[in-house]
Amino acid sequence: MSHLLEVKNLDVKFDTDEGRITAVENISLSVDQGEVLGIVGESGSGKSVTAKSIMQLNPGNTSYNEDAEIILDNENVLKFTSKQDLKKIRGGKVSMIFQEPMASFAPAIKIGVQMVEQLLIHKNINKDEAKSISINMLKRVGIADAEKRFNQYAFELSGGMRQRAMIAMALSTMPKLLLADEPTTALDVTIQAQVINLIKDIIKEYQMGVIFITHDLGVIAQVADHVAVMYLGSVVEKGPVNEILKNPKHPYTKGLLEALPDINNLDEPLKPIPGNIPSPLDRPTGCVFRTRCPNPCENCRDGNTEMGLIEVEPGHWVDQCCINCG
Amino acid sequence: MSENLISVNNVSVNFDYQENFISKKQKIHAVNNINIKIKKGSFFGLVGESGSGKTTLGRAILGANKISSGNVIFHDDEKDYDLTNINKQDLKEYRKKAQLIFQDPYAALSPRMTVRDIIAEPLEVMRITNSRQETDDRVRDIASKCRLNLEHLRRFPHAFSGGQRQRISIARALVSNPKFIVADESVAALDVSIQADILNLLKQLQNELDLTYLFISHDLSVVAHVCDIVAVMYLGHIVEMAPSRKLFKNPKHSYTKALLSSIPSIDPENKSKAIELKGEIPSALNPPSGCVFRTRCPNPCDNCRNGKTKMGLIEVEPEHWVDQCCANCS
Repeated sequence: MSHLLEVKNLDVKFDTDEGRITAVENISLSVDQGEVLGIVGESGSGKSVTAKSIMQLNPGNTSYNEDAEIILDNENVLKFTSKQDLKKIRGGKVSMIFQEPMASFAPAIKIGVQMVEQLLIHKNINKDEAKSISINMLKRVGIADAEKRFNQYAFELSGGMRQRAMIAMALSTMPKLLLADEPTTALDVTIQAQVINLIKDIIKEYQMGVIFITHDLGVIAQVADHVAVMYLGSVVEKGPVNEILKNPKHPYTKGLLEALPDINNLDEPLKPIPGNIPSPLDRPTGCVFRTRCPNPCENCRDGNTEMGLIEVEPGHWVDQCCINCG
Repeated sequence: MSENLISVNNVSVNFDYQENFISKKQKIHAVNNINIKIKKGSFFGLVGESGSGKTTLGRAILGANKISSGNVIFHDDEKDYDLTNINKQDLKEYRKKAQLIFQDPYAALSPRMTVRDIIAEPLEVMRITNSRQETDDRVRDIASKCRLNLEHLRRFPHAFSGGQRQRISIARALVSNPKFIVADESVAALDVSIQADILNLLKQLQNELDLTYLFISHDLSVVAHVCDIVAVMYLGHIVEMAPSRKLFKNPKHSYTKALLSSIPSIDPENKSKAIELKGEIPSALNPPSGCVFRTRCPNPCDNCRNGKTKMGLIEVEPEHWVDQCCANCS
């Protein structure tokens, strides 16, 4: 069976005044229907850039490599140039939920008007139908008084409710793929628990594929089926969620898990990953993790190794450098 | 000399609020009748959701917010400072002894000042040092304690990552040799790998410089790791307060229980058994009567549901304080 989304050998580079920055290098991912792929990594690791490439939302100074492919529903998104084609993916086949719901709604336009507007663009329906779909969707995500909220502005809603409205808006066009970029990061834990449960229910109900971006491994453990761990633009480890979190092979994944404060084990000291994430302007040659690796081999330290994922167990891929190294 | 560094007695903070110029003036009850004692050398944690009044309380203790009623007393070696009626001279002295570390290391540092100037500014503003040489020595001393590379002092903040910037803000807060630090969500904006590093640094500095912290955070697992005593706030009230191990092993208040169960577990097989709280934190303009938590409580008793109970902490076990409503209710 072909995948809903397949990203092959994607490089993303930005041309800036200080030179060409490699934001993402040689990434391959796939998402099936009804599956949640979690992408974890620190800030600056290229998570959001990868997601935005799927919708072609990266800024004008972006360049992709020639042989990269992003296949969505048997069509290569990277080959789309006309506005007509792009409209089909942006909000039609693919929807995105952002981290900061206040910044994603237009502040001076009523929520209902925004929801109806995007439905009219993507669906062949009239205003009344769009309104009833929107209100039903608001009810579905657990907003009380949906009719009243429909006529309100974003600032009149609380943080959790805004995020729910955002989810309702993203889902109302029935996309095949949902990109959720840190959707719970700005929320309090009790609200986060509500939103995670909501997203899980909805995925089950509509059988859509989801890419869930977060830096919180706890959230990943609760929602994702598969995980890709990113570091400085490269995927260093990927596989089923159970496998990655219980049997991590890459030192970066291990480091992330150890740095996480564990509430059940308070005597354990916190172990930071030494050093800082390097600037993308001076990206290390060879293995990108070598500047922070706890035990790099000599070849690796000199930057002579090449990165590339190898399958260590069925479905569990790890960067080869680290397997050969430690 | 008492062993407490800070005593907060019945402190309330209200803000005036007027929706537009013709509507009635209302009061926002941000912080209500708080009593806490912060011991010397302790790492006091304050947790709660956004809007629970953590930051307002922290600022009130620093004298940065007006206290509406009650008093805050800072017990220094020779002298007590009462923040509710403090004169200008004493307030200046107090500012040297109590400092704040902010949440966002990107917004807290001026982009046009070098790191050296940023760290030296408190010394110059408070006229602590007399010569440039002395200032430089103090700056270099604290920078190396905060594990900053001394060669970096001439650079501007944009050259640094989030973790390094946070170390610069810590150095700035500590340069005047304070005794008391309010760390307001100081690791919330950092990645996990860096977060652990900053937390370890704060702990280490506490031992070296004999500091007392008020650590404000919404992240319970962080608080559990670093704090000795934790107070849980909800809508301007402290609903539970205990030594952190006691609190996390054996939470008594239903809000604390719900918060703890909402932390997503790192084990994928341990799918959440979160006690899901209905709805959201009510507005502080119009807080529920009686127990403020009753609108979201999973099992309120009849008295409580009708808003007939009174709030107030009682000691259920040695040093473990819980709001009486919840202790009597369930």
